[in-house]
Amino acid sequence: MSVLTGVRRRESAENAATRGEAPPGQSRRSRWVINLIMGLIGIWFLLPLAWLLDAAFNPNAGPGLASPQLSVTNFIGAFHTGAGRDIANSLYLAIVSTLVTTAVSLLAGYSLSRRHVPFKGAVLVAVLFLTGLPVTMLLVPIYEMYVAFNWLNSPFWTSLVLASTSVPFAIWLLKNFIDQVPREFEEAAAIEGSGELRTLWRVVIPLALPGVLVSAILTFINAWGAFLIPLVLDSNPGQTPAAVGIYQFLDANAQVQYGPLAAYSILFSIPVLVLYLISSRWLQGGFAFAGGIKG
Amino acid sequence: MTARTASRPADRARLKPTTVVWLLPAAVLLAVLFLVPVGYAIYLGFTNLELLGPFAQNFSFTGLANLDRMVHDPVFWLSVRLTLIFVIGSGIVAQTVLGLALALLGQRANVTVRTSVGAIVILAWVLPEIAVAFIWYTFAQAGGTLSYLIGHPTTNLLTSAPLLIVCVANAWRGTAFSMLVLSAGLRNVPAEVDEAAQLEGASYWRRLLRVTLPIMRPTIMTNMLLITLGTISDFTLIFVMTQGGPGNATAILPVYMYIEAFQFNALGYGTAIALTIVLIGALLSIVYIRQLRPELAKAKEAE
Repeated sequence: MSVLTGVRRRESAENAATRGEAPPGQSRRSRWVINLIMGLIGIWFLLPLAWLLDAAFNPNAGPGLASPQLSVTNFIGAFHTGAGRDIANSLYLAIVSTLVTTAVSLLAGYSLSRRHVPFKGAVLVAVLFLTGLPVTMLLVPIYEMYVAFNWLNSPFWTSLVLASTSVPFAIWLLKNFIDQVPREFEEAAAIEGSGELRTLWRVVIPLALPGVLVSAILTFINAWGAFLIPLVLDSNPGQTPAAVGIYQFLDANAQVQYGPLAAYSILFSIPVLVLYLISSRWLQGGFAFAGGIKG
Repeated sequence: MTARTASRPADRARLKPTTVVWLLPAAVLLAVLFLVPVGYAIYLGFTNLELLGPFAQNFSFTGLANLDRMVHDPVFWLSVRLTLIFVIGSGIVAQTVLGLALALLGQRANVTVRTSVGAIVILAWVLPEIAVAFIWYTFAQAGGTLSYLIGHPTTNLLTSAPLLIVCVANAWRGTAFSMLVLSAGLRNVPAEVDEAAQLEGASYWRRLLRVTLPIMRPTIMTNMLLITLGTISDFTLIFVMTQGGPGNATAILPVYMYIEAFQFNALGYGTAIALTIVLIGALLSIVYIRQLRPELAKAKEAE
């Protein structure tokens, strides 16, 4: 999750349009060529998605595109293989790790933004460094620890690993968001005798809400799609999240069940798409940031 | 990329007890499930730990034995090569070129084309990785859409060109990120500079090469660094599509690490492989940061 996500905001897209569109000297023909090339790239990106949609609603789906149909047989088939149970497991992992990550990172991010912390600079660099470490490095030591403590095959402890891998990025994100919240409100609240936790809850969180939501949504999406960690730490049948469920379903049958798998994949993707759409308006800042390091 | 610390001279420079309490949960979580495992990994990478059997309990420090095994392991070297091809080909080159092309085309295409193509490319990126892996697994099967497109409908492309297919799949999935970062970067290029060059009669390509891209250099480099770190530790896409096969044809380091550790039981050796992933990532990061140094220095001066 070392990566900022986002989408263009409508205003800025229009901005770019007024600035970039039809510069003097651009002929009608070159404009046409530009649209054509971009359209062809778009078709290349669309084809695999079109197959997924086509196969999900086609009761006899194969690996190739077929004429569109509208049958829900595959969705029923997906639920018969345990999609419902797996998605509930994914939901548990994602919710627990999101709650833990957000709570823990808010407290830490606020402290790092507002309070005196010894070696603050070094702590922040260390946090940023952790966001770049690959999960594969933690896999074997955590597996060994979990064997020793008897925490294997426990959804709760699995979700804590997902949380710990999300916390460095969340702290970093939340600290930067809280930095931009004016302090005057907190100072006023303190003068009126509000306790620190109450001030955080009533004053800081509402002001930094977009940041808190972005952090929570990114953590949720990350945990929802997590594959390797649950594959290794929680292999109990019936406890596996949907990401592992889809893999096992793909792997188990000699004859790949294209239709039900496509339906299952769509069911599994919908929450992520919805959350992305909700958060995309706040994510813009992240891109401006990654794109805005000027020379 | 470090953030400005929002400390004021008026702050009383002392550590409050509540600050300690508030930092504690994050510190404990990170210590137990991040820092200790990182340290433990560095130790385990030099042991003969196994998943099952006598060395599962009574493993011991074996010095440089894993390193020795690695140096003489042809599959490891193959895996390093595959990782570099995967990271450079499908990550750095394909995603940057395609993302930059889309960002530049989007500047001049009409609104409908730009918006709809942008949405499709982003959709490919937002989908969970497991869904992308399944889609592309199917896309390349005999009878799959890609096989039809290239005129060999009975060929399973995952057996005949496995590395190429996983690279293409990864580029398909990741391009949106570069497109978004680079279009944001393009909007930061001051219009006056480009207009000045235009008044002097410079062609579009000349302005792109001589004006726009040099100004965008730090953005492009930062983008490449983020792609590199993301791609080098990628596991799910390839593992689900090919499980590293056929043979070891797509066993990039994270996949080879998983196979050694959890399928061939060599947890110690697997950890050693994981450490080399970190090492390669660190080396590549240093290269980028060195490249960015002049810009970073300038940014500091400007503050």
